[in-house]
Amino acid sequence: MISANLLAVFYLISGVLFILALRGLSSPETSRQGNLFGIIGMALAISVTIISVGNFSTGFLYLLILLLIGGSIGTYIAFKIPMTAMPELVAGFHSLVGLAAVFVAISAFLNPEVFNLGLPGNIKIASLIEMSLGAAIGAITFTGSIIAFLKLRGIMSGSPITFFGQHYLNLLLGIILISLIFYLCKTQVDTWFWTIILISFLLGILLIIPIGGADMPVVISMLNSYSGWAAAGIGFTLENTALIITGALVGSSGAILSYIMCKGMNRSFFNVILGGWGATDQSSTNKSKEQKPVKNGNADDAAFLMKNASSVIIVPGYGMAVAQAQHALREMVDALKKNGVKVTYAIHPVAGRMPGHMNVLLAEANVPYDEVFELEEINNDFANCDVAYVIGANDVTNPVAKTDPQSPIYGMPILDVEKSKSVLFVKRSLSPGYAGIDNDLFYRDNTLMLFADAKKMTEDIIKSL
Amino acid sequence: MEIDPFIFRFSIFILSIFIGYYVVWSVTPSLHTPLMSVTNAISSVIIVGAIIAALAGEAGNIFDTANIFGFLAIILAAVNIFGGFLVTQRMLAMYKKKKKDKK
Repeated sequence: MISANLLAVFYLISGVLFILALRGLSSPETSRQGNLFGIIGMALAISVTIISVGNFSTGFLYLLILLLIGGSIGTYIAFKIPMTAMPELVAGFHSLVGLAAVFVAISAFLNPEVFNLGLPGNIKIASLIEMSLGAAIGAITFTGSIIAFLKLRGIMSGSPITFFGQHYLNLLLGIILISLIFYLCKTQVDTWFWTIILISFLLGILLIIPIGGADMPVVISMLNSYSGWAAAGIGFTLENTALIITGALVGSSGAILSYIMCKGMNRSFFNVILGGWGATDQSSTNKSKEQKPVKNGNADDAAFLMKNASSVIIVPGYGMAVAQAQHALREMVDALKKNGVKVTYAIHPVAGRMPGHMNVLLAEANVPYDEVFELEEINNDFANCDVAYVIGANDVTNPVAKTDPQSPIYGMPILDVEKSKSVLFVKRSLSPGYAGIDNDLFYRDNTLMLFADAKKMTEDIIKSL
Repeated sequence: MEIDPFIFRFSIFILSIFIGYYVVWSVTPSLHTPLMSVTNAISSVIIVGAIIAALAGEAGNIFDTANIFGFLAIILAAVNIFGGFLVTQRMLAMYKKKKKDKK
């Protein structure tokens, strides 16, 4: 057996190991070691828990079998998932943490003696608040992540679903939720507990459906944060330091990522969460510009331009992920490098469907990470670059963000693609991007539009090089 | 007067938020996706609650409703732990520096 004090020390150690796991991510070199710390921390927490419970009868056997089943499923997914599907994978994983938190809370509610929380029908008030908060946040994370998953996977349309009075309904549900927690503490009636969980499930769905596809980076980060707060809530209930530390780490991590994503779009968090962008304010800005001439190019033109350039900056976006064009892109860059062209990559904070999405795809295609730059690092270089190759990005390059105060994306930091000598814009059609506004860049003199699938066009350029 | 142990846990919680704040700001933006998958994996430490819930109680009566919810939570958390850490490992393995001798 193991004393309660020693157990607490071990949980503290695994908490510290988790902090080191995140610390490792400050640079790619230390990141792998950090991940190892995380794994050790987890193994430690699980082992000491099993030893402390000290029940090595049938239950232990079931535990091992379930760990094996869950572990195999997890391992299988981890190795099979294509990198382009990473956003929906993360959303899916969040839903599992949320549901696990709900289940643990239910278990603690039904059998509080096990966790020293009192007797059924007479649970300590503080514990009751903690477990109902943990369960509620967990339930919101669960259904919210499922909606995010369905949207990212394309099973559900990415367009926002809005209806009259939506926000008031959510507000009402939130108030009901708080009152129910209050009543639960007062009466200890289990009906309230189940109602809290059900309402939270509903609220999770309602919170995410009005948020559109390209705002998913914020949503995923937010759900990441929620899953942390849910874990912390359960940690308080179970009086477990490892869970409290981890919950706080994950909660603040998700919150910071949401903040970075919102800043990348120059929008407030509430503006994103309340949703419906692009559905309402697109009409006024883009009507008059429909018939402007664009310069239309083909793969040979693009190959010629880039071959004779001395520096090229690649600007990837979600379209690259959709077309799975990252490998072809790398080959094109290799061919260019052989011709002595200097090539770098510029990544906007909100490119793709989750934070760092483009970086992972480029890393997958063996692009060295020291050729990939963030917005602030590279934005001044566009003025000195010969060709900007925009592949699957759109709104994040739109100069309107700097010039037109009427535009919904006004003030959003953009990549200054228009400053480069010529711009190659790979796109399937002239249709506006997610924000629903026309991109001024299409009609500039130095822009050559390449109308094709991102992958196919890139492959054609390789042939012409 | 004695301090309620809750206050100690709450202190740990608040200080951990600050640690999280500073540690996460120092994460390089190119590793934000692995950051999400690894935070996802570590938040599955909730499995310790699931293990206690599942294994506690009399040895003969392991299939109480409370135990079953514990077992279900174990499977969910296990998927997440293995899936989360391994997919992070897979991603991190792809981040490479420029090779000096290019083939």
